[in-house]
Amino acid sequence: MKKNKLERIASVLLAGVLAVGVTACGSTASSDSTGADGSTDSAKTDSASADAGKDLSGSISLAGSTSMEKLCEAMMEGFKEKYPNVTVTTEYTGSGAGIESLTAGQVDIGDASRKLHDDEKANGIVENIVAIDGIAVIVDKDNAVKDLKKDDLAKIYTGEISNWKDLGGSDESIVVIGRESGSGTRDAFEELVDVKDKCKYAQELDSTGGVLAKVAATPGSIGYISLDALDDTVNGVSLDGAEPTEENILAGKYALQRPFVMATKGEISEQNDLVKTWFEYVQSDEGQEIVKGAGLIVPQN
Amino acid sequence: MKWHDIKELIAKIIFLICGLLAIVAVLVITGYMIAKGIPAISKVGFSDLIFGTVWKPTADNPSYGILYIILSSIVATFGAVLIGVPIALLTAVFLTDYTSGNKTTRNVSKLLQSAVELLAAIPSVIYGLIGMMVLNPIMFDLEKKIYAGNPNHQFTGGANLLSAIIVLAVMILPTVINVSVSSIKAVPDHMRAASLALGATKLQTIFKVVIPAAKSGIMTGVVLGIGRALGEAMAINMVAGGSVNPPFSFNSVRTLTTQLVSEMSYASGLHRQVLFTVGLVLYIFIVVINLILMRIKKKGLENG
Repeated sequence: MKKNKLERIASVLLAGVLAVGVTACGSTASSDSTGADGSTDSAKTDSASADAGKDLSGSISLAGSTSMEKLCEAMMEGFKEKYPNVTVTTEYTGSGAGIESLTAGQVDIGDASRKLHDDEKANGIVENIVAIDGIAVIVDKDNAVKDLKKDDLAKIYTGEISNWKDLGGSDESIVVIGRESGSGTRDAFEELVDVKDKCKYAQELDSTGGVLAKVAATPGSIGYISLDALDDTVNGVSLDGAEPTEENILAGKYALQRPFVMATKGEISEQNDLVKTWFEYVQSDEGQEIVKGAGLIVPQN
Repeated sequence: MKWHDIKELIAKIIFLICGLLAIVAVLVITGYMIAKGIPAISKVGFSDLIFGTVWKPTADNPSYGILYIILSSIVATFGAVLIGVPIALLTAVFLTDYTSGNKTTRNVSKLLQSAVELLAAIPSVIYGLIGMMVLNPIMFDLEKKIYAGNPNHQFTGGANLLSAIIVLAVMILPTVINVSVSSIKAVPDHMRAASLALGATKLQTIFKVVIPAAKSGIMTGVVLGIGRALGEAMAINMVAGGSVNPPFSFNSVRTLTTQLVSEMSYASGLHRQVLFTVGLVLYIFIVVINLILMRIKKKGLENG
């Protein structure tokens, strides 16, 4: 008897769940159809532009900076959606090697996560800055130090300075926090502060969020994050008097920044249609969204 | 052949296929780890890799020494066992031999049992979170007191080996307690009665008779605990700091598991291959521990 009762309850419940499920499905289906009706116009334009994209075919090759991998992959994905018949290949060989390949004519575009050297420009290589990578140095809210010299920052990260009192702060030991090997942010920071492979980290964390949380929670700590992740749980330290803001980076006042360059041999206007289309895409609203999505700053032309 | 027999046969085949899936999974994992882990050993060199102490995979002149990482894993695991096992064993004794007292004792033991069950069910990220938010600040205060004015010590903000050991010790408690409880319960009551009848006190009975009799079961629990501690990644990643340093209490350390977790996402080339080798080392450790476990179980069966 007891079992029967249970079964009955279960079947009633099941029926109820099914009924709810069916109505839910019904309502989403109907809203979908109205959505489709309303967006017929945009669907048409979409298909028109997609047709244009399908006409274009061939391949574009890129080579260079490993730091630009995230940006390049995202850009390639977006580009591929719009121009399905164009094959884009990228090799991550390093900035210098990328520009060399470009100079030798092996690739269409050379990626560099730095400004081009004068001798590179002398070879006819043109610097097209597609994005700017900014890094904020952060300390916990209670830290009295608001401004650091770039040299002192290097000394903190190499372990030469280990107490805030040496920098005009309170007598508190410095907890040096950074990212794991292989992280693009770490790579950029160490390169820009000129402490590559000389850093003595007390903590190596594997995410921007992790660094933010640890610095916020640990008195006397210092860390670095991608500029777009800076929030008010921590203090962003100004560097040589310049605060870490997008304006200061675009004005070139803030030192912890580097350009992401997609270099071409000769001006973009001298390139073939495929490469021109690539740069049109990069500079389109869609491309700029991808730049922002990768945590980078869109350069002002 | 009757319909009945055919049904039996079909069922048998289905059971066999399900069983084979497990074997295939083990073989595939083993093969994959070996195939992916070996190339880096030959490229870096066995001794440079295993006995090297400098981990700088992205330097211009890269170095892939994982000795400190292996040692940190071993020290963290044994530290956790050293702290966790005695607590777990005494808890197990309380749950099996001291619950028959008055009402309060019985209530305490019931509460304890549910607490242990809950402890086993808590996800490791929660252990990590609490370790990070509660344990690390305490460790930081301790660190500041111990190393005050010591210029050679690098302050880690409390994220260190000791934090990892404490978190792991708590995490292995339920495993060791549960296995120990069932093996102590399996000790026949006539052995306890005989010991008491000979004039031994309850305490003497427990330590001289009951625990030795339940030894192989308890050892199984310990080995399972070692396996859990060695394989834990999430919680350690959150409390241990994550820099590659020799395994001393107040150093920020990285273990085999956290090495994989933290660097796999952006690693490329040889760096990535070495991470697979780290995975292989971890896998070998786990296999060895399981072989030991099988031996203990076999021995226990022979003795019992």
